[in-house]
Parts: sequence; C-alpha cells; structure tokens
Amino acid sequence: MSDKKLYAIYDDDYVLLESAKHLVSKGIHIRDVFSPFPIHGIDPVIGLKRTRIAITAFIYGMIGVSLALTGMWYFMVQDWPMNIGGKPNFSLIDNIPAFVPVTFEFGVLCAAHGMSFTYLLRNWTLPGFKARNPYPSTTDNRFVMEIHPSDSGMTAEEIKAALNETYVLQIDEK
Amino acid sequence: MEYTISKNAKLTTIILIVVGLLALIVGLTTDHGHHVSQRFWANLLVNGYFYFTISLAALFFLALQYVSEMAWGVTTHRIFQAIMSFMPIGAVVLLAVFIAGAAHMHHLYHWMDPEVHNPESSHYDELIANKGAYLNIPFFFVRSLIYIGVWMFFAYWFRKKSMEEDQLNLAAGDVSPIYKRSIFMGVLFIFFFAYTSSSSAWDWLMSIDTHWFSTLFGWYAFSGMWVSCMIFAVVLVLYLKGKGFLKEVNDSHIHDLGKWMFAISCLWSYLWFSQFMLIWYSDIPEEVTYYLFRFEHYKLLYVGTFFVNFLLPFFILMSRDAKRNAVFLLPIALIIFVGHWLDVLTMVLPGTMFEDGQLGMVEIGMFLMFTGVFIFVVLTSLTRASLVTKNHPMLDESLHLHH
Repeated sequence: MSDKKLYAIYDDDYVLLESAKHLVSKGIHIRDVFSPFPIHGIDPVIGLKRTRIAITAFIYGMIGVSLALTGMWYFMVQDWPMNIGGKPNFSLIDNIPAFVPVTFEFGVLCAAHGMSFTYLLRNWTLPGFKARNPYPSTTDNRFVMEIHPSDSGMTAEEIKAALNETYVLQIDEK
Repeated sequence: MEYTISKNAKLTTIILIVVGLLALIVGLTTDHGHHVSQRFWANLLVNGYFYFTISLAALFFLALQYVSEMAWGVTTHRIFQAIMSFMPIGAVVLLAVFIAGAAHMHHLYHWMDPEVHNPESSHYDELIANKGAYLNIPFFFVRSLIYIGVWMFFAYWFRKKSMEEDQLNLAAGDVSPIYKRSIFMGVLFIFFFAYTSSSSAWDWLMSIDTHWFSTLFGWYAFSGMWVSCMIFAVVLVLYLKGKGFLKEVNDSHIHDLGKWMFAISCLWSYLWFSQFMLIWYSDIPEEVTYYLFRFEHYKLLYVGTFFVNFLLPFFILMSRDAKRNAVFLLPIALIIFVGHWLDVLTMVLPGTMFEDGQLGMVEIGMFLMFTGVFIFVVLTSLTRASLVTKNHPMLDESLHLHH
C-alpha cells in the first residue's frame, strides 16, 4: 500500500521533537511536520536540507542591480543625455555615484520581492492557492507529523506501533 | 580555563615592536624632506587614534551587550574587556600629540597657531578665527580630557564589576545585582558616547582640515572604530580557539561575530559613500576640497581602501558558511584590518603632510610597533582573569547558543 499516509497528531512542540527523534532512531522516515511556529532543532532530526532561499535572494539582488544600471544608462546617457545640476550624463562611469542610491534600492527591492514570491510559490501559499495543510488546527495549537510507510519500507501497523510508544494524541490514516 | 601567553606569541609581539621601531628609525633618518617631525607626529596620531578607538569601541560593544541584554555574547565579555585594556596607553599617546601640538612642536592642527586668529598677522585666517569659540586650545583640552576621563572611568568600572561578579556567591535563582547595575551604567555610557564619539572625531581628526566640515564625519569615524574592533575580536577569538582555549565559544558565536564584522563593514561603506556622494553631488568648493585633494594625491590609497573594505567582506562574507569558517574569516579580517588603518591614515595624512604624505617606512614601522604593543597589552589582560565570566545571568544561554 504505497499511497497510504499516516498523520500523528501532538499537542506540544517539544513532545513532537522527542517523538521524531525516537521514530528516526527506529529507521522511520518522517515526510513532513506541520506546526503553528518553527520548532527549534527539528530540521536536522527529520533530515531537512538547509534552505537555498539566500542564494535566490543574492541572484535576485544582482538582477536588480544590473537592471537598474542598464536602465539608468539607457534613460540618462544613451537615449536622452541629461544635464542635472551641472553634471552632464554623457558617460555612465563618470556619474556612477549619482546612480548608486537608485541601484542599491532597486537591488534591495528585487531581492526582497523575489525572495518573498519564491518562498510563497515554493510553499504553494501564494494568495488564492488552495492550502495543502491537512489539518487547519496546525495553524493554532496542534503539531502533526506526516509519515508515508513506503518511505521506510515498513507497514502502517509497524509504524503505528512505534508511534504509540510516544505521547501521541491521535493517529489518522488517509 | 586560565590563559597564559605562549612563548611564540610573546616573541611575535617583540619582533613586531623591534622591527617596527627599526623601520621607524630608518624611515625617519632617511627622510630628508622638510616635514620629518610633522610626519612622526602625524603617524603617532594615526596609530594612537586607531588603537585607542578600537579599545573604545570594545567598551561601546560591551556596554551595548548590557543595554540590549544580549545573551549570545556573554562568553565573549572577557575578549572585549581585554581589548579595551589598551585605553590608558592610547590616551597617553593621544594626549602627548595634543600637548606637543599646543606647544607648537608640530603643526597637525592648523588652528592651534595663534597667528591665524590674529587679525594683525599676515597669516590671519578669518574662517578659522570665526571658529575660535570652539577651536581654541584650552577648550580643546577640556573636551579631550572629559572624553578620555569619562570613557576610561566606564571602562574601569565595567572591568572591575565584572571581576567582582566572578567572586559572587549566588543562591540558585538569584540574579547578580552587578548585572542590573551594569545595564544602568551601560545606558549612561551609551548616552555619553553617542555625543562624544562624534565630537571627539571632529576635534581630533576633522579639525585637521580646519576649513572643511562634514556632519557625517562623526558617524563615519565611529563606524570605522567599531568595525576595526569587531575584526580584532574575530581574529583574537579564532587565535584563542586555535590554541585550544575558549572552548565555550562555538561555531555559532563565531558566526555571530562574523555577522557583526560583515554588518559593520557595510555600515562603514554606507557612511563613507554617503559622505562622499553628497559632497560630490553638491560640489560646493569649501566642501569638495577635501575629496579633490585626496583624489589628486592619494587616489590609490584612498579609493582603493574604500573598495577593498567594502567589496571583500561584502561578497565573501555574505554566505553563512564563510562566516563560520576561519579559512574565509581570517584572511578577510587581516586585510580589512589594515584597510581600516589606511582609512585613518588617509583621514590624517592629506591634511598634515599635504602632497608629501606617503605609505613608507615611517608609516609601516609605526603601525607594526603599535600593533605589537596592542597585542601584547590585550593578551596580558587576558591572563589576568578567566576567559569566560561567571555568574552572568545569561551565561548559560550563551553557552548553549546554536543556530
């Protein structure tokens, strides 16, 4: 039964963390954990990789910087050379200090927005998307582990037995 | 664990001092220009200011840790206390420079010349004379003594109380009474420092270019001293860990110190550029001379320093892994430490040595000598107490820092 999913519901983050350690030590793979707030120290236990969002932020920032510089070069130098305050824009390099604030701001804008949208898209939580959270109560006071027995090559019964060794509140099979 | 200075460390500081002193003497005796004495005093000011303010920034960062109730840094308190132990020596050097200036043994501070204030004299300078209410020798000394005296009082107080705190016998659940008083004293110090960090920079550095002024100068000098202090702290912690001391400091502490080094490098670059860009853009003769002169005669040193101090930490220390790894941290730290020393050098030399300022034997010798003395003083201070404080209420939290 490869499509079977087990949901173990807990009412405390620390209990869930300790239970996860117990299950992992028995060779059980935990697919995901849903909780109202980040559980400190859960990532290495369930084998989550480090987020790569910082790398995307850097890339978006660099895109923003390039766009801003290219844009200002085109608007201010190439298309219609401007003379502002006695500083004629006939060359980008001579006037680069004037462009730095805009470039900096646009870099930050692109990094921040790009990162936010990437995060929301990756989590499938952009506005209007249907929530993939199996238990709405995990946004309030419940902590849920999702386990696919086939991940660990075990039967649902074996996993339930292991779960019952922990302070689990309820186990659902879907 | 008690720290003892290793033979190698002692030898290294002695070599730094001796080599520096030799280079200084050779530099001074082979310099046949007209400004030999001026060059000596200018370098004394550069290094006295650079290392004194590193100590000062350590005091500031320690006070900031109390005021912000910063928990992670408790294991590094003794590091910053050791760094601020150089203050008395730095103060003596600075005061020697000021007294020599008032005695007209050098001409670093043009406004100290009575002729420029005398309307009868051919050297009369109306602009400087108009600043005479602030820039006069008695008031300058009153201010300098107040800054140095009050700062050193706070440094003495924090160190003394921290040592007393180690001796306390606290019942379980009791919060050390010294901790609460330290927060209050931290607030007082930061209040005083907020004003005096700026005004001391005007008095000691900005008044060299007497005609020129910049409202941002105080912050710019302050960010420079702060980043230099964080760099030194990172290097010191890495050194101590490499020698097997300071086991309480883990990768997360190093990561946090690295973040400070990265962040304050950005703050310094931001302020450097903000000051430059506004003056460049408005192009007012009385403001822009400062940059014109530096771009004309100190271009590589001045502009190069900015790019190195900004780009190196910005791109290399941006990633999390680099901030936790001594292989990245150490080389960057050492390069930008020299970079920030060059920053002070280019604040002082153009206004005191004019076209003749250079990075020669005298400059490098004096820097090596001061570096040797500074390291020796800091390491000696580390041997006087355990490397981690006791009885700080958030010590346990700091020991378990993990992110």
